[in-house]
Amino acid sequence: METAVLDILYLLASVGFIVGLKMLGSPKTARNGNFYSAIGMTLAILGTIFIYPKIAHLRVPTFVYGLIFTAILIGSIIGWSIAKKVEMTKMPELVSFFNGMGGATAALIGLMEFAHNIGHSSKMSMIVAGLVIGSISFAGSMIAWAKLNGRLRKPIRLPKYNILNTLLALVLVLLGVYIVWAQVSNPVFIYTLFALALIYGVLFVLPIGGADMPVVISLLNSFTGLAAAFGGFLYGNMAMLTGGILVGSAGTILTVAMTKAMNRSLSAVVFGAFGEGSSAAGTSSTKIKGNIKEAGPSDAAILLNYANKVIIVPGYGLAVAQAQHVLHELEELLSKKGIDVKYAIHPVAGRMPGHMNVLLAEANVDYDKLVDMEDINNEFANTDVVLVVGANDVVNPAAHNDPSSPIYGMPVLDVENAKNIIVNKRSMKPGYAGIENELFYNPKTSMLFGDAKSALTKVVQELKGL
Amino acid sequence: MTELFNFFQQNIQMIYIVILMVFVGIEIIGHVPAVLHTPLMSGANAIHGVVIIGAILVMLHMDPDNMLGLAIGFIAVILGTLNVVGGFVVTDRMLDMFKPKK
Repeated sequence: METAVLDILYLLASVGFIVGLKMLGSPKTARNGNFYSAIGMTLAILGTIFIYPKIAHLRVPTFVYGLIFTAILIGSIIGWSIAKKVEMTKMPELVSFFNGMGGATAALIGLMEFAHNIGHSSKMSMIVAGLVIGSISFAGSMIAWAKLNGRLRKPIRLPKYNILNTLLALVLVLLGVYIVWAQVSNPVFIYTLFALALIYGVLFVLPIGGADMPVVISLLNSFTGLAAAFGGFLYGNMAMLTGGILVGSAGTILTVAMTKAMNRSLSAVVFGAFGEGSSAAGTSSTKIKGNIKEAGPSDAAILLNYANKVIIVPGYGLAVAQAQHVLHELEELLSKKGIDVKYAIHPVAGRMPGHMNVLLAEANVDYDKLVDMEDINNEFANTDVVLVVGANDVVNPAAHNDPSSPIYGMPVLDVENAKNIIVNKRSMKPGYAGIENELFYNPKTSMLFGDAKSALTKVVQELKGL
Repeated sequence: MTELFNFFQQNIQMIYIVILMVFVGIEIIGHVPAVLHTPLMSGANAIHGVVIIGAILVMLHMDPDNMLGLAIGFIAVILGTLNVVGGFVVTDRMLDMFKPKK
């Protein structure tokens, strides 16, 4: 009876995860979908706490229950308050942080289960796999988190890091296989494995440049899913298994979709030399000729006022300056004047795919006005003014015409086809990828320097006066 | 080798589930528009927090005298809850902003 109830709860949880993820596929149903997944999760957790001990005939002392509830309470309070307070611009690092927590949980489970399962090679292989993957995911996510919030700015590369990492991965696999094969009972081995996996996680993410970080987070996300699935195998737990595998496969697909959007292969991200080669290439080979033309807020306002069609290209700089709301005001003002205004959204605008959509949704921008790159790229030619706000690499023509550029081949927004281009930037500093942008030296381009929020506010004021 | 065959035999149902789930995951995600990629990543992130069940199971089975074990389990449950609660709440917050505009 109780076994059946628990099985049903786990079944409901699995269905909740599948239906929830499916419903995330449309803006209308997404919120409910997330809610269904959360209900599924709650059922699975409650069932495990209250029904499982009866089935397994465990006599769990009250204080252990107390510990479990206290832990859940502490975790909920911290998780809830972080999630409620965080700014939308910080979303990628938050996902990375939570992902690391999941990885750490998987790793700790492995550490504790080791002693109970010596001699069971099938169970031990699940434990070792979950421990290694969970630890890599934890350490890697923490490094990705530190990189995204600016604590760790530059890619750090040890000499011959590719060979070093590959060797370390090999050692990890060999040690893992040895522990299972030789039925090792000495806990020193499992702690060594844990430590090596952590080091590998750090070394794996350290050399990867900031621009590639979303791909790494997505990859580590599917790693944690995999680690959870190994836990599912270990305990014969269907909720863990389905949830873990779902995230593992979905995360892998998402990773591939992201690398495609950035025109990078996964191996290029992991083993490549993005940050390394680019700083050299950016300064030496692409010494850009020409002068820049500066424009004030009134020039920009006049240019916009007499346009028929305007496309706005928002980038991360917009979000940093918290200028989404002013930008929305500007867009509404122009629309009222009968000007056709759209937003061009590059797949990796912001810090991860879809991030810019979230940021603009926060400012109440209608999502019908947001147009994807493929759909808008041939519209630039008949556009009067393109307003680039805090975007850089995603509008860099070097992706088309400079084979020596590290972003060569990456799909970009073809803003240089428009009749006029206004670029709002704080300074001439290169973007996240650390490379120069010849767009700024284009005779059609006017540079509107200044913080996005104050610059746009001035443009709005000027426009109102016209 | 026999061990490997035994493993397959004992877990054949789970192996089926793994393979089917891989395809379910691919199918579901393949059709999600780029607009929703960020909430999707964050929602999926919350779902793998299901690993918390493992941490709870460890606690339930733990010898009550094993203080170190209980302490590690305690931390594991906290971290797992962080992943679950934080993940779902922040996803909800993001999706709340995608409400259709008047």
